[in-house]
Amino acid sequence: MSAGYLEATARQRVARFFDAGSVHEWLGPSARVTSPHLAALGMPAAFDDGVATGRATLAGRPVYFAAQEPEFMGGAVGEVHGAKLTGVLLRAARDRPDGVVLLLDTGGVRLHEANAGLVAIAEIQRAVFEARLAGVPVVAVCAGSNGCYGGIGIVARGCDRIVMTEEGRLSVSGPEVIEAHRGVEEFDARDRALVWRTMGGKHRYLLGEADALVEDRFEALREAVVPYLGHARPLDLDSVRAEHEALGRRLARFGEAPDSLDIWSALGVADPARVPMLEPGPFVEMAAPLRERADA
Amino acid sequence: MRDVLALCDALFPAGHDARLEGGRVVGTGRTRDTEVAVVGTHAHAAIGADLAFALAGDVLAIMEDHPGRPILMLVDTQGQNLSRRDEMLGNPGYLAHLAKCFEVARRRGHRILALVYGEAVSGGFLALGMTADEAYATPDAQVRVMALPAMSRITQIPVERLEELCRTSPIFGPGAQNYEKLGCLEAVWHGDLAEALAAALARPARGDRRRSLGAERGGRLAANDVVERLLREP
Amino acid sequence: MEHLVFEFGPYPERPRPAAAVIVGVVGSGNLEALCESAPLGGRLRVEVSSSVHGFGNTWKAVLGDFADRVRLPDLLITINDAGATPAVVGLRLAQAAAELGAA
Repeated sequence: MSAGYLEATARQRVARFFDAGSVHEWLGPSARVTSPHLAALGMPAAFDDGVATGRATLAGRPVYFAAQEPEFMGGAVGEVHGAKLTGVLLRAARDRPDGVVLLLDTGGVRLHEANAGLVAIAEIQRAVFEARLAGVPVVAVCAGSNGCYGGIGIVARGCDRIVMTEEGRLSVSGPEVIEAHRGVEEFDARDRALVWRTMGGKHRYLLGEADALVEDRFEALREAVVPYLGHARPLDLDSVRAEHEALGRRLARFGEAPDSLDIWSALGVADPARVPMLEPGPFVEMAAPLRERADA
Repeated sequence: MRDVLALCDALFPAGHDARLEGGRVVGTGRTRDTEVAVVGTHAHAAIGADLAFALAGDVLAIMEDHPGRPILMLVDTQGQNLSRRDEMLGNPGYLAHLAKCFEVARRRGHRILALVYGEAVSGGFLALGMTADEAYATPDAQVRVMALPAMSRITQIPVERLEELCRTSPIFGPGAQNYEKLGCLEAVWHGDLAEALAAALARPARGDRRRSLGAERGGRLAANDVVERLLREP
Repeated sequence: MEHLVFEFGPYPERPRPAAAVIVGVVGSGNLEALCESAPLGGRLRVEVSSSVHGFGNTWKAVLGDFADRVRLPDLLITINDAGATPAVVGLRLAQAAAELGAA
């Protein structure tokens, strides 16, 4: 087993992210809650439809969790997969644990269940708000190999907090989709450096889209999430007004920027070209005082 | 495809001042009983950071200037804007911001309806349309995740097979009727739009009923059951 | 999809694993195997759903090998396969055996 979060399976992540021995799954593999749609397409089902859901403790505090399996259909959201996420969030709204931790790793809608996947994501989005308005903080961890794309990218930004690694990516449209629609001149999806500086964790942290940027280690990710437990952020007229101001400022400051490097430079990063080479620790030290915030 | 101002004429025979601003449609309409704030898009507008931000500004203005006024989203969007610039600027944040503004409006007592009268696709529909208390559509509305040829390329399922599956299942094919069957659309408005709107506004909001509607209508048989089971798990 | 069922044993009684064990994931060239205690008259039963057709004999050989090595009675193994090679199948089964305490 590799030491990092990035290459672990959903169940390995859950076992190592939360307190040892504290994990209790809901609708686990033995329940065989599988996709009703894949067999007709000749595709194998998974016993958990690609998402582990349940409760655990984190630093001793009760939390609910969902963890998307990166290998199963790229973590994509089908009808059952989505309903499990919605269920966890609605259960949190009802029971009020200290937080919900979503270990997201997905390309978005599972195209093999297209319309049902899209509706499922809309329901997840609503359920995130239900949990938040019940006072339960919802923390999204975007540190997986598929990134956090499509409608789930929007869902993640509807959560209280986002924790990322450099390797994690957060966007609505992925590089391949943009390239397919607009051509390689618009986005060369094979240019990994371009992908990371446009959608990766460091850029998202500098822009204020992510709240924390840590290295690809379980302990680092845990430590980033723990302070957010028990502290729900308001979702009210004042909070959306403040966000509106910040997002307007972002458009005004960076709306004409041709590249992320120009944004970093405008933020006051002394040597933007060196940003991808920085280890997470020194990067955050450099970036924290300079970065934009979406909430202030 | 309908002209959005003509659509407003049909929705608000007592009058409206809806106007176009870029990809947006914004204004106020009058039904028999009440004034309704209109916020939406036209000409299949792709929703990128700027448009999502402007729409969120419209929703904030409604909350500030007309507390409690019902809101009607008019939806015609080809989806999120597919561009490097919008993703670089953080399109998830802008689309989620729009969704949050609608959620806050809902909690502050605004009744929120959506009418899909053109296209409603993926990420655009998630932020504008599916964030309503209930979404409706005109019969010719094109609701979808992706067109079948593109879906075929990505899933490696032949188009002919997808077309065959569309005949028996509402989960693949585009169209308002499929999304109605899935519970995503409360109803398709076939008759008089003004009457349908007034009737919908007269009903109280009932929370997110999409999964139970999907089960009742036979379009999504698993989702509601899975949520209910998970809520009961020991 | 191809659905295959194999039974091996019966094997002499021995303490059963308390909880279900799951190994692997359904991803290209991989599989998941769910191992649960079940009243099978001492037999070890394997149910396979595979996206790849026509490898019944290979499955039988690999699974039979495994069953005769671990000799676990009243065990149901359910497999969702996305085209795992015999080597990967063997690896996953060895993992399952280790977690079941039968390695």
